[in-house]
Amino acid sequence: MSLPPLITDLRQCVGPSNVLFAPSELAVYDCDAFTAERRPPVAVVFPENAQQVGQLMRVCRHHGAAVVPRGAGTSLAGGCLPGPNSVVLMLTRMNRILEIDLRNRMAVVEAGVPNLKLTQALAGSGYHFAPDPSSQGASTIGGNVATNAGGPHTLKYGVTVNHVLGLEVVLSDGTIVQLGPYEDPPGLDLVGLLVGSEGILGIVTKVWVRLTRNPQDYRTMRAIFDSVEQASEAVSRIIAAGIIPAAMELMDQGILAAVEEAFSFGFPLDAQAILIIEVDGLAVDIERKQQQIVDICKQFGAREVLTAATTAQRELLWKCRKLAVGATGRLSPSYIIEDGVVPRTRLPQVIRRIAEIARSHRIRIVNVAHAGDGNVHPLLLFDERDSAETQRVRAAGREVLQECIAAGGSITAEHGIGVEKLSLMERLFAPQDLEAMRRIREAFDPRLLFNPGKKLPQAGGAASA
Amino acid sequence: MSNGNSEKIVAANPAAGIGFDLFLRCVHCGLCTSACPTYTELGDENDGPRGRIQLMRMVAEGRTPLSDRMRRHLELCLDCRSCETACPSGVRYGRMIEPFRQAVEQLDARLEKRFDWFRELILLRLLPYPNRLRPLLAPIRLLQRLGLFDAAERVGLLRLVPGRLGRLVRLLPPPVSGGPRLPKFLPAVGRKRARVAFFVGCVADVFYRHVHWATVRVLQQNGCDVFVPPGQGCCGAIHLHNGDPDGARLAAHANLVAFELDRYDAIVVNHGGCGAMLKEYGLHWQDGLTPHRAKFAAKVKDVHEFLDQLGFVPPRRRIDCVATYHDSCHLAHAQGVTAAPRKMLTSIPGLTLIELPESGICCGSAGTYNLLEPGMAERLARRKLNNILQTGAQVVLAANAGCMLQIAAAIRGQRLPLRVMHPMELLDLSYREE
Repeated sequence: MSLPPLITDLRQCVGPSNVLFAPSELAVYDCDAFTAERRPPVAVVFPENAQQVGQLMRVCRHHGAAVVPRGAGTSLAGGCLPGPNSVVLMLTRMNRILEIDLRNRMAVVEAGVPNLKLTQALAGSGYHFAPDPSSQGASTIGGNVATNAGGPHTLKYGVTVNHVLGLEVVLSDGTIVQLGPYEDPPGLDLVGLLVGSEGILGIVTKVWVRLTRNPQDYRTMRAIFDSVEQASEAVSRIIAAGIIPAAMELMDQGILAAVEEAFSFGFPLDAQAILIIEVDGLAVDIERKQQQIVDICKQFGAREVLTAATTAQRELLWKCRKLAVGATGRLSPSYIIEDGVVPRTRLPQVIRRIAEIARSHRIRIVNVAHAGDGNVHPLLLFDERDSAETQRVRAAGREVLQECIAAGGSITAEHGIGVEKLSLMERLFAPQDLEAMRRIREAFDPRLLFNPGKKLPQAGGAASA
Repeated sequence: MSNGNSEKIVAANPAAGIGFDLFLRCVHCGLCTSACPTYTELGDENDGPRGRIQLMRMVAEGRTPLSDRMRRHLELCLDCRSCETACPSGVRYGRMIEPFRQAVEQLDARLEKRFDWFRELILLRLLPYPNRLRPLLAPIRLLQRLGLFDAAERVGLLRLVPGRLGRLVRLLPPPVSGGPRLPKFLPAVGRKRARVAFFVGCVADVFYRHVHWATVRVLQQNGCDVFVPPGQGCCGAIHLHNGDPDGARLAAHANLVAFELDRYDAIVVNHGGCGAMLKEYGLHWQDGLTPHRAKFAAKVKDVHEFLDQLGFVPPRRRIDCVATYHDSCHLAHAQGVTAAPRKMLTSIPGLTLIELPESGICCGSAGTYNLLEPGMAERLARRKLNNILQTGAQVVLAANAGCMLQIAAAIRGQRLPLRVMHPMELLDLSYREE
């Protein structure tokens, strides 16, 4: 039996053992952490260096096959969902930390290095890599770059783009270019353009990242509230008081139940909302900030505000928050998580609306939020085997995001557009804006082979939901 | 990964024994992947927990029969259950992969009727029985004492022993005087605080009897009356993980008879693999004895876990050394015991315990995995050794016979001046009078 020409050529680039094309093995790549849409690729390839990525690009271009880059496959928006006739290009074997240069506060990593591996490698150095998405234990730095990932500490430290100094990128014709590293780009900020482009402009193979000094001291608190509104009012007030905490996170009662079952932290299950607030900085100042925060929480009706007494307790508290999304598997077989962002002051109103939307679509929604940023992550629970419920959840999700747009916000803060939010781009942007973005895309990728069907709707508004 | 694309089909559905609700727990978030040793090495989701669950689910749903290629991915799993520790959703991965693999083995046996001498004779009929294993080892022990075994290893003669048997021979540790068989009873030292039964096991008693002695002395020092019930044997894990659940049930039955549960506060085990198996006695077989096995399982405690809960007496004697602790998968991931051994070790005066990078990633031993999947087992042993070397430790501590054998063999292979010990050995030294 002769193999299809595409497969033969791919095998020539990376060796037969680094190309998968058996249907059962491809099925494993039919979705990422967004499970509501699935489509298997025609092949999965495992390059080991940028040169191989370049060769693979030329082969795919020659055969007119689309290329979907994939790291750990933790996208919550379907960023790695294969399109028709797509080859999934895995970056997981490019997973070396190439250099740690503390004097220049920089590290050079291959795209497939898991985020947390870098921070672990920096343990004891006094530095860390600041972006800390909740998936950081698994998600790769390349994936963080593609989605411009955030995380709880975004509030004070910024998102991924603020921590990327340079990129090595493979372009659609297979050439390898290096952008940066520089602190302040002299020409156009192409690094800024590539970060968050969700794999539609090029394939990032190497990243120069900024390292951040660890704070001298920190305090991590949890405050227990009897209503979500009060908790979110407290968030607004803390920022208004001129304090920028390192992180300010909200979990509602629904998700607390799952988190408590998973990690037995000791959260009171009757609490309507809890806030996890971390302040960091100079030791001389920290007690005062901590006291201010406690006072504001109490003023907004917090039942209890406790500070983590030990490092272990702090770590467990963060574990509860960061693994909260995955823990909802205890509540339901599947979920869609939205990534809406609104002005902080509109948070109470949006959270109230989310509850109404859940009721009107007869589905269950639980909430986590990077409350300090006004970034809400409602989790819409469903059973993927129930197609009617799946449809209701998709509709409810769109309604939640429309609510965010109406409140003066946006449809994604950190997860990216992927396929999941594609149809909402036309609500967020004017046709001219989208056209300008399409032209930039075509400048990089005239044949539209990079991750098609993601990020930007096709001209003419033919985006499918 | 093999090169071809053959999809030879295995008949019948090996996923039939897995409760479907177990699959529904997985929400496909992918946070498990980086905890998986084989995914970390290969980067293919087919070799990671999320992918393997999807493969098994596809078979369960009848969407695809089990092909040879799918089977390879499932066989390559170490069943280390590191993914269970990483999973926020509480997926019980072990309860899917274990029945799945058992069913595959049984289907094989029915379809092929090929006699696998290594599995039938060595794994199932020799290793679990100390009384058979010990005399067979005698000639090797003699060679070792004469220094000939070491010489044979050095010049590569041992490489001539073929296949799985050769790998088993190369794992054998140098002879240590293990001491006599444990007596039936060892009294508490000082104030009596608990009555415990000690589980001896099979391979552990042949290779690491000195660890057993150290463990019972530590228990005695902590005020425990230690009973060693006669008639006990292998926990059954070797049988269960090599497709012989009935053999495992018989092993469990012997232990059920040997231990009079009401006489003891706990059944104490010092090796992670045996402990995990004993703690799951209530899950593996459904029959009239299930409640009794569940009661047995509820009494089982890892020795570190037990002493930490009892409140251990701080050891006094100073041991100046730098050590690192490797988490045995079946202690850390299957039993969730990670803090207690570290707590006990750091209580030893003079001891510096350096945290081992990737401590919870399997060393490649995984029961009999290193005999059956040598390629991956060696990759993981190398990875483990590199991590150990980073710590600068003089002593590597591990609380499981399989890990101790595997790490020691890796160290011997590189001729490194490093010692592998069980935490109880160091604690025993520190409890001794000066």
